Amino acid sequence: MIEKTHLDNIREIRHLMERSSRFLSLSGLSGIIIGLYALATAFISAWYVRQHGYDVESYHLLAFLPNGDTNNAFLNFHIYLAVALLLLSFLTAWVFTRQAASRQGLPSWDATAKRMTINLLIPLFAGGLFILALLQRLEISLVIPAMLLFYGLALLNASKYTFNDIRFLGLLQILAGLLAAFLPSYGLWLWAAGFGLLHILYGIMMYYKYRQ
Amino acid sequence: MKEIIYAINKEFESRVRLGIMSVLMVNDQADFNTLKELLELTDGNLSSHLKGLEKAGYVKARKRFVNRKPNTTYSATRAGRKAFEQHLRALEQYIRKQR
Repeated sequence: MIEKTHLDNIREIRHLMERSSRFLSLSGLSGIIIGLYALATAFISAWYVRQHGYDVESYHLLAFLPNGDTNNAFLNFHIYLAVALLLLSFLTAWVFTRQAASRQGLPSWDATAKRMTINLLIPLFAGGLFILALLQRLEISLVIPAMLLFYGLALLNASKYTFNDIRFLGLLQILAGLLAAFLPSYGLWLWAAGFGLLHILYGIMMYYKYRQ
Repeated sequence: MKEIIYAINKEFESRVRLGIMSVLMVNDQADFNTLKELLELTDGNLSSHLKGLEKAGYVKARKRFVNRKPNTTYSATRAGRKAFEQHLRALEQYIRKQR
């Protein structure tokens, strides 16, 4: 009898430690959907590039027209595309996370959620501003590596405040970013692998592991 | 056996106190309402246990005003951390011996 209460106590201690320090309502389903958005975005971009008579492997060179002028149409199209993807993804993550939290009977915006979000957003904001600087200087070949790298660092940073699995996802994004930095002609492929495929695979894994 | 039972700390015998310490072990600090939500307690119940832990020197309270409302945050003292760890070790040993 005494043993049983002690075991219960230990179980409760563990539960409280985890529940009070980590945000555990991330939704695997939203990962899958965001991954699909990203794949669709990569396809749209590849389609655009092909439409204009280039191939996807020379992607990083397309900031300039053959006559040396900046290719504003290409740049603007991709900036709009990226911003649309970002907004849609945030909205999706927010909606699904709220649902997951309410199904668990937990508040979706408590101290752990705030801590996770802040730690995710710090590297993400730094990355966003850095990419703006890259665009201003027309260093287009570094935009995709920077997106993957900063996103990976953001996940790595946020993983301390949510599921540990996110840490490995962050490391994989960093790896994809570094590969893209050294192999610029594979940029779009690596971008699709990082933001698309990895999100989908991770979403499926999280969905089955935590059923949400 | 006797020394193990002795090491199981009387201050942590209540579930509420155990819960409070669990939260404060992994968070630098937690305010009253957060603790209340996590442990699903009434104000009176929580504050009496917090007072008990404060008296034992395991928990430190800091009172502030946030938007003119009083807000008390709690953190575990070094003595509290040590006592809690000892308590956990004792529980672990106790359970192991029972098997």
